Amino acid sequence: MPMHVLVLAGGISHERDISLRSGRRVADGLQAHGVNVSLRDPDASLLSHIRAARPDVVWPALHGASGEDGALRGLLDFIGVPYVGSRSDESRLAWDKPTAKTIVSRVGVPTPVSITLPREAFRELGAVGILEEISEEFSGPLVVKPAQGGSSQGVSIVDDRDKLPRAMVDAYTYWDVALIEQRIVGIEIAVSILDTGDGPVALPPVEIVPLSGVYSYEARYTAGETRFYAPARLDEATLERAKQVALDAHRALGLRHLSRVDLIVDGVGTPWFLEANVMPGLTETSVYPQALEAAGYDAGLAYEALAKAALAG
Amino acid sequence: MHDVSGTNLDPWYDSYAARTAGLAASEVRALFAVASRPEVVSLAGGMPYVSALPKELIQSSLDRVLDEFGPQALQYGSGQGLPQLREQILDVMALEGIRASVDDVVVTTGSQHGLELVTKLFVDPGDVVLAEAPSYVTALVVFRSFQADIEHVITDEHGLVPELLRERIAAIKASGRRIKFLYTIPSYGNPSGVTMSWERRFEILEICRSEGILVLEDDPYGLLWFDAPPPHAMRSIEEEGVVYLGTFSKTLAPGLRVGWVLAPHAIREKLILANEAAVLSPSSFSQYVVSEYLGAADWRGQIDTFRGVYRERRDAMLTALDDYLPDLSWTRPDGGFYVWLTLPEHLDSKAMLPRAVKELVAYTPGTAFYADGDGRHNMRLSFCYPTPEFIREGIRRLSVVINGELELLTTFAQTSPLPVANDPAYFVPPSNLA
Repeated sequence: MPMHVLVLAGGISHERDISLRSGRRVADGLQAHGVNVSLRDPDASLLSHIRAARPDVVWPALHGASGEDGALRGLLDFIGVPYVGSRSDESRLAWDKPTAKTIVSRVGVPTPVSITLPREAFRELGAVGILEEISEEFSGPLVVKPAQGGSSQGVSIVDDRDKLPRAMVDAYTYWDVALIEQRIVGIEIAVSILDTGDGPVALPPVEIVPLSGVYSYEARYTAGETRFYAPARLDEATLERAKQVALDAHRALGLRHLSRVDLIVDGVGTPWFLEANVMPGLTETSVYPQALEAAGYDAGLAYEALAKAALAG
Repeated sequence: MHDVSGTNLDPWYDSYAARTAGLAASEVRALFAVASRPEVVSLAGGMPYVSALPKELIQSSLDRVLDEFGPQALQYGSGQGLPQLREQILDVMALEGIRASVDDVVVTTGSQHGLELVTKLFVDPGDVVLAEAPSYVTALVVFRSFQADIEHVITDEHGLVPELLRERIAAIKASGRRIKFLYTIPSYGNPSGVTMSWERRFEILEICRSEGILVLEDDPYGLLWFDAPPPHAMRSIEEEGVVYLGTFSKTLAPGLRVGWVLAPHAIREKLILANEAAVLSPSSFSQYVVSEYLGAADWRGQIDTFRGVYRERRDAMLTALDDYLPDLSWTRPDGGFYVWLTLPEHLDSKAMLPRAVKELVAYTPGTAFYADGDGRHNMRLSFCYPTPEFIREGIRRLSVVINGELELLTTFAQTSPLPVANDPAYFVPPSNLA
């Protein structure tokens, strides 16, 4: 009897649209290899549905809150249904960008200097003083992003300090805590990690070159707007270093099955950790499927292997 | 190892027509995906409340079409549309004072298709289309897709402002550019809800007549008045200089996709050919269903029913706005589907949308209705689809969002004047954003 995988896609996060596309791709890939797949948008009846349907494995192809923050995964643990991806606690830690940066930096992974500020801090301590302090402490361009969330939503690159207030407002529109980070100028790469039971393997790093210069939402999800190089156009030593940094981050965060680690490689070849994604995008324009292809994997087979790994515990 | 070096994931990227430039994924559009969830009160889409249409009325039309006209209804039809339906359309238009010949009516796949056909007939790249501001979002998308140069003409509470229209025409002509037509929704405009006064209709038509500019009158909401009918259609005043777009999407059901164009004979001939080139013929089946419905059902009474439903919802929205956002301003439409809300100066409706979605309420940012990036301080609120209770709850949630955003901006306004948010992406509306 074929394995029954329940793919969850959609949800009510800002990344619903992306999740729907990721879920469909996962479902198609699994079905192509004979897996019995059902696709479902999580709603109020989800838990009772899972209890009744008893799928062998749940694949939460959900991006954004509840999908990646560990909440749903914790509930799946309660019900006792295996699922693909990192466990609840680890997901929660990795999902919060400042927390993830702290954890990986403790094992020696370089990550850009940053400060994390809830919007309350600006209200209590005054925006003028805080922004002046930031301007003095950081030199050069900054990246301002919501502390939680994905798909570049609410992210701004601040080259001009006058634009910092607007960037803060845009970040807080998505989440009440913002991360202000020194911008490292370099080559943007993403390293996909695959672990089907034999330990995590770093797939070929994918270099991301958006035509507009910024890997924005539009650049991510409009085919043709970004050029990808897999493997990245880096020398062998740097490629290996990037893969090692990604594996170190994946292990330090305690992640499982699959992840994508976003890095910037600076002018001297140092890979800097930006963030880790516990459920990377799996759409037609996403990096993870490209990394699988570059490594010679059939995406559907890889997804099936991940589902089997989840089933095996 | 498969070589995927240097791919942009679209092998045809360099082959697309220049007019598709800007057709990109949009963060705003993605946010609307969340609006389809039942937890979200969507004040964004312009979906008619078709549940107010008794199923039996359509069922009996369907049965009669299959019983009496089956082979014809399932066959290709005329590029101009079903003759008996075109006769009946004259009766519908007569309610707005329009007298016309059945020969001048061309049935289209919704009036949206009529809008595209007219634009296709008239607009070459770089031609100017005058559009009232704010303007129906998907009309702007059509004009852009034909590489029109969209020039807005400001409206006030009585519709297009004649003096500003004259000035704009003079400036455009002085620059050597050619104006092809003026686009307007004179009754209960989308998104403004504003109705052009009778005097203004004459004045605008007179200006266009003297300047040799065609008027494209889009009239989806004219029959959906609440307390008193709007002035008669512009086409009732002027025949040769007006192309009129009509639809059954709001007075019957948008799923049938039946609309029409009423055009002067020379334009009509070209429209028929363009219609045939695009779709061969509009759906025979849908046309027979509409025709049977108009022939047998009390369609005037059904329009009255729709008016009652939308009036109640309009009232619910205006009351909720009075209660929850008393310091803001908004239009008070006498018909149609929409209220146009104006925010305090520093609030940006597009930048605020993610927070609104987080609070489980959706609206359409004002920037969608301008070709030039204006409208940041506005939003369109639709009252057509949610129940009065949901409308009230949606406005309450919206007040939480707006007040939170005001507090945030107050915090950061101490630092320096806040520049506007990042440039909006090319806005392609979701399909439910009629």
